[in-house]
Amino acid sequence: MARIWGAPVAEPSAPGPRLDSMAPPGGNGNAVELDGLVKRYGRTTAVDGLSLRAARGAVTALLGPNGAGKTTTIEICEGFRRADGGTVRVLGLDPVADARALKPRVGVMPQTGGVPGTARAGEFLRLVASFHARPLDPAALLDRLGLTAHARTPVRRLSGGQRQRLSLAAAIVGRPELVFLDEPTAGLDPQARHATWELVEQLRAAGVSIVLTTHYMDEAERLADHVVIVDRGSVVAEGRPAELTGAERQLRFRARPGLDLEELLSALPPGSAAKESPAGHYLVEGEVEPELLATVTAWCASHGVLTEDLRIERRTLEDVFLELTGRELRS
Amino acid sequence: MTSAAREPARQGALDFAPAPGAAPLPRMILAQTGYELRTLLRNGEQLLLTLVIPVVLLALFGGTSLLDLGPGPRVDFLAPGILALAVMSTAFTGQAIGTGFERRYGVLKRLGATPLPRSGLIAAKTLTVIAVEVVQAAVICAVAAAMGWRPHGDPLSVLALVLLGTAAFSGFGLLMAGTLRAEATLAAANLVYVLLLAVGGVVFPLDSFPSGLRDALGLLPISALAEGLRDVLRDGAALPGGPLLVLAVWAAAGLVLAARFFKWE
Repeated sequence: MARIWGAPVAEPSAPGPRLDSMAPPGGNGNAVELDGLVKRYGRTTAVDGLSLRAARGAVTALLGPNGAGKTTTIEICEGFRRADGGTVRVLGLDPVADARALKPRVGVMPQTGGVPGTARAGEFLRLVASFHARPLDPAALLDRLGLTAHARTPVRRLSGGQRQRLSLAAAIVGRPELVFLDEPTAGLDPQARHATWELVEQLRAAGVSIVLTTHYMDEAERLADHVVIVDRGSVVAEGRPAELTGAERQLRFRARPGLDLEELLSALPPGSAAKESPAGHYLVEGEVEPELLATVTAWCASHGVLTEDLRIERRTLEDVFLELTGRELRS
Repeated sequence: MTSAAREPARQGALDFAPAPGAAPLPRMILAQTGYELRTLLRNGEQLLLTLVIPVVLLALFGGTSLLDLGPGPRVDFLAPGILALAVMSTAFTGQAIGTGFERRYGVLKRLGATPLPRSGLIAAKTLTVIAVEVVQAAVICAVAAAMGWRPHGDPLSVLALVLLGTAAFSGFGLLMAGTLRAEATLAAANLVYVLLLAVGGVVFPLDSFPSGLRDALGLLPISALAEGLRDVLRDGAALPGGPLLVLAVWAAAGLVLAARFFKWE
């Protein structure tokens, strides 16, 4: 299931479920289907032949550096922008031509703003609820998101995190089949982040399809059934989080700075790598098997080096992400 | 802990299972109208523009002899002009500024993601403007009546003038809101308001301008509305053709341009 371009591919640790098998009987299995999507702004190509599938009933996370084209992609799915090329299907429909039919079925949480500053929190949520046939109870939803005490507060006096939660509430109050969440936890404190994660998990359990963008690797690892890493307007890797991180392990330890790593490497199996960064922090990569661990500790012992914090880890999604998208800062 | 005790009961009401569907269009429009009215009435600057300034001008120039307003009771000249000013302040100035900032802060975009169609939003904004105008007219007429105003004329002609004027001012207000930056709209809408108040025959009679200029000023929507209302309410005319024609042209131009150039974000 994992497709990775331009990077060493870790074999899937287990065969993933076929996305098609999630299809409801007689229905289309995907909430979102993008093929060869292109969007240009003047001379800049923001989205460059991007293709992806977001399965129904699943959480799909778009990961990517700033300017990778995530928000543009989402806004094309929401019908706010027209693609310059490629095809877009959302719940089997065209977001622009079939807008009337799609709007009630799709919830949208934009990256910023959109909630009028003069409105009161509860008033705005009730307004959005009243556009729907069978909405959630706005008061109960405010309560769920910890906003009851602020129901009568004008939006402009809410904190950034409170506004984010109100925006999320407005995206789901109409009981949509599919929600697009553009950086739903940006700027939230840890409590609010966890509350948001639990809500997303609850939505998924209730059968809602979710497409979200995020910068937070832990968020993608925790929430997503399917992670799509986007860079420079196209998909550079996708798969389940475990598929992307793969089975590869790494060994880390701390010791006095300046160990002779060349010498250590000569004792290790071929294909291993070792580096010290920052000083006194060591990383050994390769086939981390019991004998490698024994070799490293034996080598340290023979040099009179005491290792601290010795541990074996899997690669994280962040490692994969940095490997694929590079380390240089993006605007 | 009361909140802990209450939570399960309240959250029991939350069933996230998808059950999408749009509310009937009239219900959406009414909900949006009610919401727009509530937020507008809470907005102090808006109230200043829509009620305080017209009433103060009416009382000031009606109760003193600061201006030469021509023959007849002063209030007979002033009240129709102030009614025209009220229409302009709500349909043009207030709507341009409010909608301009809604666009700037992504509110229009966000509403565009809900089942409320754009036509429904425009309908709600129009209903809001009309509702505010009704309140303005009631207050202005009451103050004018207290000053001895006894209007005559055909109510249907008044209605036709006010509706056409509202359409013309709304068209240009939305055109401005949908094309300029919000700050530029704020400045321009206020400037236009002050200019048209000065040269549009609202409180300063057009007769006091040189004749060539007077004819040109008479083609402004504010002058057409003020003069038309005077023709009916002061002079008892029915369906004043000239002002109605001028307003119809402005309304058609404004609405067509707004529909063509309005950008939602």
